[in-house]
Amino acid sequence: MKLTGAEILCETLTRLGVKHIFGYPGGAILPVYDALGKSKLHHILVRHEQGATHMADGYARATGGVGVAMATSGPGATNMVTGIATAMLDSSPVVCITGQVSSKLLGSDAFQEVDITGITMPITKHNVVISKVEDIARTVREAFIIANSGRPGPVLVDITKDAQQASAEFDWEASAPRLPVKRQRNNHDQEEFDRAVELLNSAKRPLILAGRGIMLSGAMRTFEQFVHTSDIPVAMTLLGIGCFPASDPLNLGMMGMHGEAWVNNAIQEADLLIAVGMRFDDRVTGDLRVYARNAKKIHIEVDRAEINKNVKVDAAIIGDAGETLAALLPHIHERDHSEWMTHITSSKGDSAVRDIQSLPDSGHLYAAHVINDLWKVTAGNAIVVTDVGQHQMWEAQYYHHNAPRTLITSGGLGTMGFALPAAIGAKMARPDAEVWVVVGDGGFQMTMCELATIVQEKINIKIAIINNGYLGMVRQWQEFFYDKRYVATPLVAPNFAALANSFGIHGETVTTRKDVVPTIETARKSDQTVLIDFRVEQEDSVYPMVAAGAALNDMIRRPNNPLVETATEP
Amino acid sequence: MQTIVAYVQNKPGVLNRVASLTRRLAINIDSLTVGPTENVEIARMTICAHTDERGATRLEASLEKLVDVLLAENISDRPMLERDLALIKVAADQQNRPHLMELIKVFRGRVVDVAPESLIVEVSGTVDKIDGLLEVLRPFGVLEMARTGRIAMTRGNDLLRPPAETPAPEATAK
Repeated sequence: MKLTGAEILCETLTRLGVKHIFGYPGGAILPVYDALGKSKLHHILVRHEQGATHMADGYARATGGVGVAMATSGPGATNMVTGIATAMLDSSPVVCITGQVSSKLLGSDAFQEVDITGITMPITKHNVVISKVEDIARTVREAFIIANSGRPGPVLVDITKDAQQASAEFDWEASAPRLPVKRQRNNHDQEEFDRAVELLNSAKRPLILAGRGIMLSGAMRTFEQFVHTSDIPVAMTLLGIGCFPASDPLNLGMMGMHGEAWVNNAIQEADLLIAVGMRFDDRVTGDLRVYARNAKKIHIEVDRAEINKNVKVDAAIIGDAGETLAALLPHIHERDHSEWMTHITSSKGDSAVRDIQSLPDSGHLYAAHVINDLWKVTAGNAIVVTDVGQHQMWEAQYYHHNAPRTLITSGGLGTMGFALPAAIGAKMARPDAEVWVVVGDGGFQMTMCELATIVQEKINIKIAIINNGYLGMVRQWQEFFYDKRYVATPLVAPNFAALANSFGIHGETVTTRKDVVPTIETARKSDQTVLIDFRVEQEDSVYPMVAAGAALNDMIRRPNNPLVETATEP
Repeated sequence: MQTIVAYVQNKPGVLNRVASLTRRLAINIDSLTVGPTENVEIARMTICAHTDERGATRLEASLEKLVDVLLAENISDRPMLERDLALIKVAADQQNRPHLMELIKVFRGRVVDVAPESLIVEVSGTVDKIDGLLEVLRPFGVLEMARTGRIAMTRGNDLLRPPAETPAPEATAK
């Protein structure tokens, strides 16, 4: 069967199980769009290509499958860069397809020509230019394998216009992937494995650090079994949230810069850390020189390049989290660490001053109230997609996730503007799920053009803007470390509810605590997107906080001072 | 100085990926050589980098994450041979030419071109040896020099082969 390159691409994507493509057309990708029109693929027209990549990313994070974004050459492709880097840092399987000028024009500075493979080389897992129609099917199939195998990541496929237009025989069998044969390392090191078992069975104050790798491996059940057999408490990374139920008594909560105080203290007191599918990011370790000095460390990780990168470990097991935990399980003694657990939770008391959710209505609306109420009303069952900043940390602290892939957030890159488009992607992937966007007034203004996409696609998501009139997290840093000099952080915003209305979206504004729950409840009943602008306390801060580069147990705590306008006593 | 040997796909852009990676890891390359192997689809690289063992381990692991890198191995602490090749053009006239030739002989260099006012020496060996010869030639006036950078190979039975066979190109590719 002879098809054009564009038709081959659509047919290949269809056979790979793709249903949705997030994209934006343009000259160099037009042949593909023409073929898309004749295919069964559902194309979602975005308002900015950055949105397309975040949608594909959100789609991938909500399901574990590959998300697909598409754009034209030049500016279309460069607009994808932030989204690609976001997916790279959080190991998200995204395939980006870009049009490119015809092969005979390559290197001539043709109209809308840009070396997008050169630009994205350090922020993709792999990228490739296709200039021959015969290579399209095989290369795209390879891209999907690369994106979602091992440690997942984004792959960019740049297809010249002449390759899209030329015709070739389409033969699925003949276009089977032919990836380079790589050395198969024997990662099983019995010595390291035995050392890990010995450490696990002898530790008195062990602690598991659970990361996103557990989710990517689909190892939630094995992990739970491992935790309960060994009776070891679990601390979560931001991206690990959801891989182990928040309701489990052994789940201590989040670690790191805005982690729970008792978690950070426990890490510093532990005699053994078992890191599973996490990479000791600087945001979870604080000052490395004084990080967990009393603890031996075991690192279970699929990516060999992560071993000893930030933290030198005593036993490294390289491999898939699920397989490794399953291999360890038969060697693990049933243990009882209740004494250690009691010790950790006993220090919860002094940390609980940040728990302002049970405060009586003082006339002030705190972000924590909003998020905690959202958690209660949705019974913790929604997919929450957050942006980056204070609201993101409050979400991690006050919304308790019991199921994997229910918190979608940009962790590694910390990309503002991520939430709204990523939520659209998540909703396309999980149409039956209740999807909430939790976003700041700053980040929302970065990608709010995608409201039009919501309307055009008739998508039903709920948007909670945590509006404090500042770039809140930066303001907080200025408050703590720059003597309250609020440079470039006060932020003028439109009337978000009215803005939503202009798009044809229902908008609400909430300024008092008593209105929070009823407004959320009404929004949930609607079968359309609703935007709620929560006008919260302007100069509230996220506590506790480990200053960048400070020791993990050196935390700035919520001041117990009524003048700070953040009442602390229940 | 750390020495890493890598087998890579012999195709455009791979060198760029390797170089881009070392730049991203902030590792300074002292020399990087690429050449074909007996299999035309595979090239062999020797990367000499200014980093410590930990940096080399990370570079090695990160290199192997590149789709086009088939194998990367840090051989710094294994018995191995390292060779560098240099062509050195030295100023030489009737008077000092015999003396020059004498010195070159000591370093087992070869004179591969003679002109009225210069000659070209070819010398191969360890970096130290070439640096030594260079030191001796400098007073005569080194006009031009080209060096290949190091290639390295482990000794004896310590074989570093490309992984298995890469699949043969499809029959239709002719």
